[in-house]
Amino acid sequence: MGRTVGGPILEVEGISLSFGGVVALQAVSFDVREHEIRAIIGPNGAGKSSLLNVINGFYHPQEGSVSFMGTKRRSVDPHEAALQGIARTFQNIALFRGMTTLDNLMTGRALKMKSSFVQQVIYWGAARREELEHRARVEEIIDFLEIQHIRRTPVGRLPYGLQKRVELGRALAMEPELLLLDEPMAGMNVEEKQDMCRFILEVNDQLGTTIVLIEHDMSVVMDLSDRVAVLNYGRKIADGTPDEVRHDRAVIDAYLGVAQ
Amino acid sequence: MAEALQDTFPRLLLHQARVRPDRPAVREKDLGIWQMWTWAQALEEVRALACGLAAQGFKRGDRLAVVGDNRPRLYWAMMAAQALGGVPVPLYQDAVAAELAFVLQDADIGFAVAEDQEQVDKLLENIPKCPQLERIYYDDPSGLRHYAQAELTSLDALQALGREHARRHPEFFDAEVAKGRPDDIAVILYTSGTTGNPKGVAQTHAALIETARVLVAFDGFTEEDEVLCYLPMAWVGDFLYSYAQSLVAGFCLNCPESPETVMIDLREIGPTYYFGPPRVYEAILTQVMIRIEDAGWLKRRMFHAFMALAKRVGMNILEGKPAPLKDRVLYTLGELLVYGPLKNVLGLSRLRVAYTGGEAIGPDLFDFYRSIGVNLKQLYGMTETCVTVSMHASGEVRLETVGKPMPGVEVRIADSGEVLVRSPGVMREYHKSPDATREAIDANGFFHTGDAGFFDAEGHLKIIDRAKDVGRLAGGALFAPKYLENKLKFFPYIKEAVCFGHGRNEVCALVNIDMAAIGNWAERRNIAYSGYADLAARPEVCELVRECVEKVNRDLAADAALGGSQIHRFLILHKELDADDGELTRTRKVRRRHIAEKYSTLVEALYSGKPSCFVETQMRFEDGRTGTVSANLAIVDAGTFNVAAARKAA
Repeated sequence: MGRTVGGPILEVEGISLSFGGVVALQAVSFDVREHEIRAIIGPNGAGKSSLLNVINGFYHPQEGSVSFMGTKRRSVDPHEAALQGIARTFQNIALFRGMTTLDNLMTGRALKMKSSFVQQVIYWGAARREELEHRARVEEIIDFLEIQHIRRTPVGRLPYGLQKRVELGRALAMEPELLLLDEPMAGMNVEEKQDMCRFILEVNDQLGTTIVLIEHDMSVVMDLSDRVAVLNYGRKIADGTPDEVRHDRAVIDAYLGVAQ
Repeated sequence: MAEALQDTFPRLLLHQARVRPDRPAVREKDLGIWQMWTWAQALEEVRALACGLAAQGFKRGDRLAVVGDNRPRLYWAMMAAQALGGVPVPLYQDAVAAELAFVLQDADIGFAVAEDQEQVDKLLENIPKCPQLERIYYDDPSGLRHYAQAELTSLDALQALGREHARRHPEFFDAEVAKGRPDDIAVILYTSGTTGNPKGVAQTHAALIETARVLVAFDGFTEEDEVLCYLPMAWVGDFLYSYAQSLVAGFCLNCPESPETVMIDLREIGPTYYFGPPRVYEAILTQVMIRIEDAGWLKRRMFHAFMALAKRVGMNILEGKPAPLKDRVLYTLGELLVYGPLKNVLGLSRLRVAYTGGEAIGPDLFDFYRSIGVNLKQLYGMTETCVTVSMHASGEVRLETVGKPMPGVEVRIADSGEVLVRSPGVMREYHKSPDATREAIDANGFFHTGDAGFFDAEGHLKIIDRAKDVGRLAGGALFAPKYLENKLKFFPYIKEAVCFGHGRNEVCALVNIDMAAIGNWAERRNIAYSGYADLAARPEVCELVRECVEKVNRDLAADAALGGSQIHRFLILHKELDADDGELTRTRKVRRRHIAEKYSTLVEALYSGKPSCFVETQMRFEDGRTGTVSANLAIVDAGTFNVAAARKAA
């Protein structure tokens, strides 16, 4: 699979979102092209996570629309977004802490399982074959993310960096078209960050997955992404290649403050 | 007929593929499932690799570098090179690119097999310095998709090429194997020299196979045995214990899924035969102790009660010595409730023999494994002798010694105390270093090990120190500082020790206490302290250390050769020896000479008989600032013991 950036697969148009009197997003528009790595940056409280939550249906915006792969919608439920091929990870890890790495990844396959609950209880014939197929796919992800040694370890016992990797694995298990990563490198040491960067690039390159990521580490953002959108107080203040954004006056002001 | 001979590794492979074609030869865990290759399949894999290499221009005498974790195709690549009359050169997988450069140049590497992207990157980085390196093959293609370098080929492609070559020249492989001679060089293993560049030890097929046969006979290995290959492929231990022995005995090699999964794979495979340096055994024990402290009170109580019993009688039972009936019954119960499940969790249930070597092993560690019924034994040797100089025979295991010389091995002690070895396993030469070879192997064919040792009354070899560090007391008694220091350091309370005595009347020591262990000990006794220097100066701590020193002295007294070097006086240093202050090397080895100079006043005070000594030392703090610490150190006399009826040892 090659990595040639194609046309837009996700278009966010004029999204406004408020919680009571608090305005989280104001008329934000941006697009994501097929196979690209798209970063969203901005100071704390700029509305980055809210935007991801709108895309995958956690929040329902008051105005605007989201069209994904040709279907346009105002709001959607998270499971529908998942069925359409949008997977995500969370800023504060959201794994099943008492379950093993393997079981957590298998939950990522749940949407792809066709056999019924009863068939799975009996675990014979088609249900068994299906389970083995999914397990084989999950093993490929384990190999890809180099987490063989924690296959049978309950996730709650893992260090933070590895939990983040497992969460990425669970999102990959869905074989998504679009992968939303909310601060995949927060709280990691340099080595863990390097590993995570490598995995993100390889996912994008080998699987052709389109990636939208929120990240605070600027060197990571500038190295990884094809295009960067900058949010400040719920508004988009800049959009473009890393170089363009780096030299944008509004961005510099937002990050460093404006001289009086 | 060439096939009937079993005197080179490729001929051994043909032999195994004929005698036990359907027995497992290699397993590897891949995508969560153990994959298995039989001897017949392994032969086909090797044939494809060898024919592929030949098609790419690999010729008799060429050298093939192999670098990566233990993978079946890396072992087969070594075999393929040998089949073509070439020489595999396994490299340490954790070496950085610059460290590989020397070996790549020294061994004239033109062909290399690398495990993955990480290793490929290191090899590519060296190409400007090593222009003769023309072909690099890789096992795992992850991350290499966009590499366009002309040197790179996947092992899959190489094997496809080889299968095509074999179809056109069906006789080629067997004919090449038939050309091999037992006295061809089978492998060049680079030893990490402590000073200067590493040296390439060239070993012949004959030496390795002869040695492997002795080992297989010694512990009775058969095709039923299983080993886990987790030691670096570049180390003689892996080449001999995994590769060579499996080809001689026909047992199965098991390659772990990844270096991080070794403990899990160990449990799944349940090897019957295991080799590891002391630190591996220590790591396992530490893990056990941590998990036990986290366990419920019932498990914890049971563990401690039965471990106390095991410590008392376990080793006698393992060695078939008499033990009271009551203890035997209790021990059997312990096996059922504690030892058995513990060994199962660690993957040691099926273990018949386990070896350790390379450095001294602590008594607590050694006794722990033996007391729960693991037949842990020590061996002694080095790359230049195919290891295998001496080993403990089952039933003749003693912590202090490394066993009797192996069959076919002659061991002599030079007048200087250095251990000399002559055996079929002694290397042919150091690669491209005739001077170093002449220095190491004398006219009579004895290899000079550089270790000092002696034989005890029962003919067991005892290694005490590096020969150059061994001295003599003024009275002529042997003085081996590292031997004494190790004995002291085996106590959990003592972190470091430096012994002095060469040319003196008696031995004195500087001691560093272990802050964690003694701190814990002090807390349990309600002894208040403010920091290291304060704790080190407490009379209770001096008393504790004195007990340790006296135990060492009692042990030494039982030994005719070393009984004269008992420690008469010691003091506990007011600061921890530190690499930042130049007192230790970065690998935490004591820099004896530097310490002797720096603390010369203390050393003189030890020998002057004074009860205490004032000292002021510069030290460097963690943040880079320097300061001085001063203290009045107490000098403690330790009791000594009469040396056991002196039986003059050989």
